[in-house]
Amino acid sequence: MSQLLTSEEICQPENMVYHRTCLLTDAALSYCPGCGHGTAHRLIMETIEEMNLQADTIGVAPVGCSVLAYDFMDIDMQQAAHGRAPAVATGIKRLYPDKFVFTYQGDGDLAAIGTGETIHACNRGENITIFFVNNGIYGMTGGQMAPTTLPGMKTATSPFGRDTATMGYPLKITELIANLPGTYYVTRQAVHTPASVRKAKKAIEKAIQYQKLNKGLCFVEIVSNCNSGWKMTPLESNKWMEENMFPFYPLGDIKVPK
Amino acid sequence: MAKVKGEIVVNTERCKGCELCVPVCKEQTIAMSPNLNSKGYHYASSTNEDCNGCTNCALVCPDGAITVYRVKLN
Repeated sequence: MSQLLTSEEICQPENMVYHRTCLLTDAALSYCPGCGHGTAHRLIMETIEEMNLQADTIGVAPVGCSVLAYDFMDIDMQQAAHGRAPAVATGIKRLYPDKFVFTYQGDGDLAAIGTGETIHACNRGENITIFFVNNGIYGMTGGQMAPTTLPGMKTATSPFGRDTATMGYPLKITELIANLPGTYYVTRQAVHTPASVRKAKKAIEKAIQYQKLNKGLCFVEIVSNCNSGWKMTPLESNKWMEENMFPFYPLGDIKVPK
Repeated sequence: MAKVKGEIVVNTERCKGCELCVPVCKEQTIAMSPNLNSKGYHYASSTNEDCNGCTNCALVCPDGAITVYRVKLN
């Protein structure tokens, strides 16, 4: 066979090696161009598709940029009040212990208004999985300072940079909940490069598999960009994230099952 | 001669022109089209024959706009 294959000859269904998972609906994602939310959605749905869990999964959508996650994920979804997704997921999981129950939350939802629900769900060791997308800012409302905003980082409500003397320090909620005995698997990943996407997908697979063991809560943080909130292009924001976010929020497993 | 040959198909209406796929393509196959889609974004497109179907572009695409095909050459 020669190398003179035409595009039509290559683009045959049997040659397809990657396509958008059918568990994402055809609705256009409401996220800004380059936002990591889209990749995180896709990875979770791909994993659920590969594990054939579509009919056995119940997701809980948060308030924030990803409030419309139920429009994009073609599974059973429930939308929770701001920050209350772990509490709602707790109820769902206790009623349907055989289902795979997850929450998908941003940092404003999980680490600000929902801190109490998050910490207590983790401490109770609820058998749910939490996917936490951390971009260090309130993206949907216009880029205000969040608890996870880095020191010195400029936002709409900290125009001269976050001053830790008056505004306090960023909250590393992932390290915080890793100390609780109720959590089983805690990890921090990113989705900005092909390698990090592959690693994040493996972490998501583990977090889904571990839920079947009923050993406790699985927590996957995904450090993401917010190019609109950070006032950068998508590529600049990914570079800024590598240089500034990763030293403060180092990637890797924080708590792994023994 | 490359042992594999790939091809990407970009859903131009889904693409938001974020350009994340451009630097991850080691073969420098992807570039932004000068044309616009109906939302006004310059969409990604394949510009040469060097694609080896590595799927890097599809992995980082937040909107899942890229479908990748790959064939082995004998």
